[in-house]
Amino acid sequence: MPVVLVMISLDFLAQPAGFDLGETGGWLFDASQPLWQAMLIGLSNTLRVSMPALLLALLLGTVVGMGRLSTEPVPRRLAGLYVNSLRNVPLLVQLLLWYFLLIECLPAPNEALHLLPGVWLSKGGLAFPWWAPEAGGWSLPAQEAFNVQGGAAVTPEYLAVAVSLSTYSAAFVAEVVRAAVASVPVAMVEAAQTLGATQAQVRWRVVLPQAWRAAMPPLSNQVLNLIKNSSLAVAVGYPDLVSVGNTALNQSGKVLECMGLMMMTYLMLSGLASLVMNLLGRHSRTVASQ
Amino acid sequence: MLLSTVAHAGSVLDGVRQRGQVRCGVSTGVVGFSAPETANRWKGLDVDICRAVAAAVLGDPEKVSYTPLNAQQRFAALQSGQIDLLSRNTSWTLTRDASLGFHFVAVTYFDGQGFLVPKKLKVSSARQLKGAQVCVQAGTTNEKNLADYARRYQLNLKPVVFESFEAAFKAFFAGRCQAYTTDASGLASVRNKDAPNPDDYLILPETISKEPLGPMVKRGDDEWLAAVRWSIFALLEAEELGLTQANIEARKTDTDPAIQRFVGGGEDMGKLLGLDKQWALRIVKATGNYGEIFERHVGQGSPLKLPRGLNRLWTQGGLMYPPPIR
Repeated sequence: MPVVLVMISLDFLAQPAGFDLGETGGWLFDASQPLWQAMLIGLSNTLRVSMPALLLALLLGTVVGMGRLSTEPVPRRLAGLYVNSLRNVPLLVQLLLWYFLLIECLPAPNEALHLLPGVWLSKGGLAFPWWAPEAGGWSLPAQEAFNVQGGAAVTPEYLAVAVSLSTYSAAFVAEVVRAAVASVPVAMVEAAQTLGATQAQVRWRVVLPQAWRAAMPPLSNQVLNLIKNSSLAVAVGYPDLVSVGNTALNQSGKVLECMGLMMMTYLMLSGLASLVMNLLGRHSRTVASQ
Repeated sequence: MLLSTVAHAGSVLDGVRQRGQVRCGVSTGVVGFSAPETANRWKGLDVDICRAVAAAVLGDPEKVSYTPLNAQQRFAALQSGQIDLLSRNTSWTLTRDASLGFHFVAVTYFDGQGFLVPKKLKVSSARQLKGAQVCVQAGTTNEKNLADYARRYQLNLKPVVFESFEAAFKAFFAGRCQAYTTDASGLASVRNKDAPNPDDYLILPETISKEPLGPMVKRGDDEWLAAVRWSIFALLEAEELGLTQANIEARKTDTDPAIQRFVGGGEDMGKLLGLDKQWALRIVKATGNYGEIFERHVGQGSPLKLPRGLNRLWTQGGLMYPPPIR
């Protein structure tokens, strides 16, 4: 009886992709370019959304985490509410909520909201000024008949993914920050105060370096989580690595190959992120021991 | 028994018989083709193909278990043997036919890809969609056709690709895209069932691709392939012979040799397929002929009200042409 064997081969990656990508993040791409380039753009889209989200999550998380530690009841309660409401709802639900909020509630692209000078928000996305050397300076977006033209723009898909990823991860980062600061023994602070250190010195020279060291390992986890969670982008049509990989998988029928490629790519991304976090952690240890 | 040339059944057909059930892969819900009614009751044209096969092979159209599959899962489910038959509006293309380890069985619906746009966009042809954002479902031939069409007419269409069928049209109705594209049958289904107000939306006249939809089976069991293929041809043959769910019992005694062969009164056609004499009779009793299935699920008897078009019999100017059962 003939047995159909699915042979593993990556030759198909050199074939023309045959599909277009809605967002390429500045790269030029059309359907006649090979599949591997489409996959690379998927990877670039993953990075393009997770890196800013990571930065935002760390900033917002630190602020909320400090809020949790505040002696003032109002910021403490607000921060507590933030953490508990965001980390207890699945990310996919939040992502879809953000996405449908954006595309249901925003005005059409031909009547965009003018948020700030040069910043427009509509169902077509968020347009903002961008440095355009070929135009000899900043390119400012402006409202035209059908939509907003000029500057740079990100789509509602991008916005939904970036916002939900960063706000969700920030809740976890906040807890990491809170735990790390709380882990510094009170005796350390008291000792510093006895030695006559000022409030600022206590915070910057005593508490934060030690808290930083305690925060690094759990923070690495959050960074890895955020990068991996960006794969949920597929639910709202953002062409990230998984979305492009899925399309490639379907068009070529190479299930194992495409899944394998996606897995390897995430593995490498996570490995790289861990490496960076470890380096930062080592740096903090040497700083703290000085 | 001495002279019998009973086809030796392959592993899939044997498995179906042992289990007493046809495991059928269907969509996650496309009205008219395969949509859930209750827990294990499905309804639609693709579903009736599964029921016809179960009636022919197992003698009972209810002996089907349905597995809803999205566009990404469908091929892996068939490759892995999780299902026996994929009957899920899937287009027959060379790549899929030649590279996945499957056989396309027959065409059960001739479709073509089109566009749905809001009327307020004041567009009457797909060529006017220059620069438009188009909502489309991931993992379909639609994505590639869209890219081809955009290149052919230099339209610079921007696909917004969604994982699920539902997410794609929901985003379109929310105003995220200027157009929505899928097969024409799907457009009609989405417009009539899911649009906030169907009259606000227009299906553009262009058909930009050929989408011959039909079921697939895994390679390696030719007897199973034959049983499924001839079950479908029997549906078409029944329509050609004028046999319906309602009249087939009465016409069993018709002297027309073609009808006699069909109902199992004449030569034993079933034996060659490894089935019994009345396999085709049971199919028509279970589902009616192809024309009845069409009208019930997607035609005039359904909310979709799709015209028969290319799916008419060859005798009426369509493309449906069953090879003779003889």
